[in-house]
Amino acid sequence: MIKFYNKVKNYINYTVIGVFTLVFAIISLSGARIDSSSLYLFEKVSISIILAVSLSVVVGFLGELSLGHAGFMCVGAYFGGKFSVILEPVLGISVPNLLLSILVGGFVAAICGVIIGIPALRLRGDYLAIVTLAFGEIVRSIFVNTSPESFGGTLGLATPRFKKEYLFIFGFLMVLAALFVIQNFIRSKHGRAVTAIRDNEIAARATGINITKYKLLAFTISAFFAGVAGVLYSFSNTKVQGANFDYNYSIEILVMVVLGGMGNINGAIVSATLITFLNTKLPTILTGDFAVLQDLIYALILIVIVIYNNAPALKSFRARFNIGVLIRKIFRHKHNPANIRDDSANWDEIPTKIEMNEILSVDVKPQNLGSDKPSKGGKQ
Amino acid sequence: MELFLSVLINSLSLGGRYAMIALGYTMVYGIAKMLNFAHGDIIMVGAYAIYVFIAFTNPILAIILSVITCLLFGVVIERIAYRPLRGASPLAVLITAIGVSYLLQSIALIVFKSDSKMVDVFDFGVMKFLGVTVELHTIVTLVIAIVVMTALTLFVKTTRTGRAMIAVSEDRGAAQLMGINVNKIITITFAIGSSLAALASLSFLLSSNPVSPTLGAMPGIKAFTAAVIGGIGSIPGAMLGGLLLGFVECIATKITVIAPYTDAIEFAILIIILLVRPTGFLGKKRREKV
Repeated sequence: MIKFYNKVKNYINYTVIGVFTLVFAIISLSGARIDSSSLYLFEKVSISIILAVSLSVVVGFLGELSLGHAGFMCVGAYFGGKFSVILEPVLGISVPNLLLSILVGGFVAAICGVIIGIPALRLRGDYLAIVTLAFGEIVRSIFVNTSPESFGGTLGLATPRFKKEYLFIFGFLMVLAALFVIQNFIRSKHGRAVTAIRDNEIAARATGINITKYKLLAFTISAFFAGVAGVLYSFSNTKVQGANFDYNYSIEILVMVVLGGMGNINGAIVSATLITFLNTKLPTILTGDFAVLQDLIYALILIVIVIYNNAPALKSFRARFNIGVLIRKIFRHKHNPANIRDDSANWDEIPTKIEMNEILSVDVKPQNLGSDKPSKGGKQ
Repeated sequence: MELFLSVLINSLSLGGRYAMIALGYTMVYGIAKMLNFAHGDIIMVGAYAIYVFIAFTNPILAIILSVITCLLFGVVIERIAYRPLRGASPLAVLITAIGVSYLLQSIALIVFKSDSKMVDVFDFGVMKFLGVTVELHTIVTLVIAIVVMTALTLFVKTTRTGRAMIAVSEDRGAAQLMGINVNKIITITFAIGSSLAALASLSFLLSSNPVSPTLGAMPGIKAFTAAVIGGIGSIPGAMLGGLLLGFVECIATKITVIAPYTDAIEFAILIIILLVRPTGFLGKKRREKV
């Protein structure tokens, strides 16, 4: 069971999202009406997944905190939206228009990613966090104050309405594209370089990893897909308003990543779906005085999860009670090192961090593995 | 000349306010090595505390009670949310701090609702000074800021506790070996930082800012910017950064063309300064050890 799971683990998210998209695409295209609130929810879910997965490249794998992800999304939404308005007389509201806008929005956001990535090379941790936050605020402030003819100013940029029945399909296709690019990036040599920088920058540099290149690369990829999500947003809403892309939105994306487990893409997908679903559905359930509870619950969840996952005092507790252990208990599966063969399938089990007082290597000679008793040296 | 004088006084006052908030950020960063994102929201707590207490006591007592409330909030937050994470990765601590900031805002939203509340603490009125009309509360803020900063500098330089703070910020492990109770010092730091936030909230109320759950969010971020510009961890740096930011904000709001972009300009200055000096003006360069 576990073996089978390890084999399909890499493809499980594609499969789930692919099947979901296919089923609803067929339902939608066959003319059966899905109510517009569900369609809107699907669009929002796809946007959130792209945002969460792209942010997890920087936060989860590069290990730098970005508080300006909504800023990249804002750039993508405005430029992609504007481009689609320009293209509208030529192409109409069509698929080529959508795809070209997505590319333009993504690329402009990626350029911003490079621009923000450059200070990232000199700054670390908290300093970088404040620079990304500043970037998000600058972008928002600039777009809100543009003239009405260019980007709509405070009133917002009116964007073409794409047919609701089709838009969510593109949303999920973009999710698949983002997953394909990001997962392959993370599992490639380049992705490992990025995680090596996260674990120990100096050691990574010492092994010949080009820090500049990989930091910029991670920021650029992350920003590109944030921009793509922004373009989808601009198509999904009638107006793009800068005020929506504030610092709180960046935090919400961050919560998705943290809740899913940093460096865990599937976790980010699940939590992005969950949070977006709750965000859309809770206001209809919690009305009046209960509406304000939503933020309180988010805040509490965020604090509790981070403390639980990181508190040094809870380390032994975590080792005994976690989902991995639980799964193994259910399937009566002893954790056996022999099962770890294909390391790409066990990405999260590669020890990249060295703790103090830990056994760093065990001298296992092939001849020692044959019999039960260890041979006492010499020739067999 | 008159314009210059009024801009000067206003920016000094605003800068003093930012400096007071920035001091809270910078002290906590220097000693606990963490970015206390919830610091801005402590300002909001202080403002609401004054709003509550002023209903049944005189203003002076209300201000004192507000300072005590903020102090308790700071200490309790440190104890519950940050202390369990001591020794964990900075990213985890930072995210917890963001969570605490959200928590405080949403609690305020639940308790006091989202509408802004006006609070009359004192009405100082205006004064003519060299032909310029000066709102007196700016002078009061400036005086409070100067007194607080002087007192804090003296406290850190001369008292035993203050020197223990310096020791902890220099090298926590060594300080512990010298018999300094690091946890106690960190608690004291949070207490001082939060009390300063209460005084900053007073300055907001004096300039007739309405109290709302998001009162502290933007000023908090800006004051943090100020702390980073000055060099985070450095007390004179926080003052310098606060004053600089105050000047920039006052001048930018006076020029109509760039007034809407005031926030953007302030943040752009931050990015530029960090590009040139990655540790701010007076920040210490840290050599990374393997």
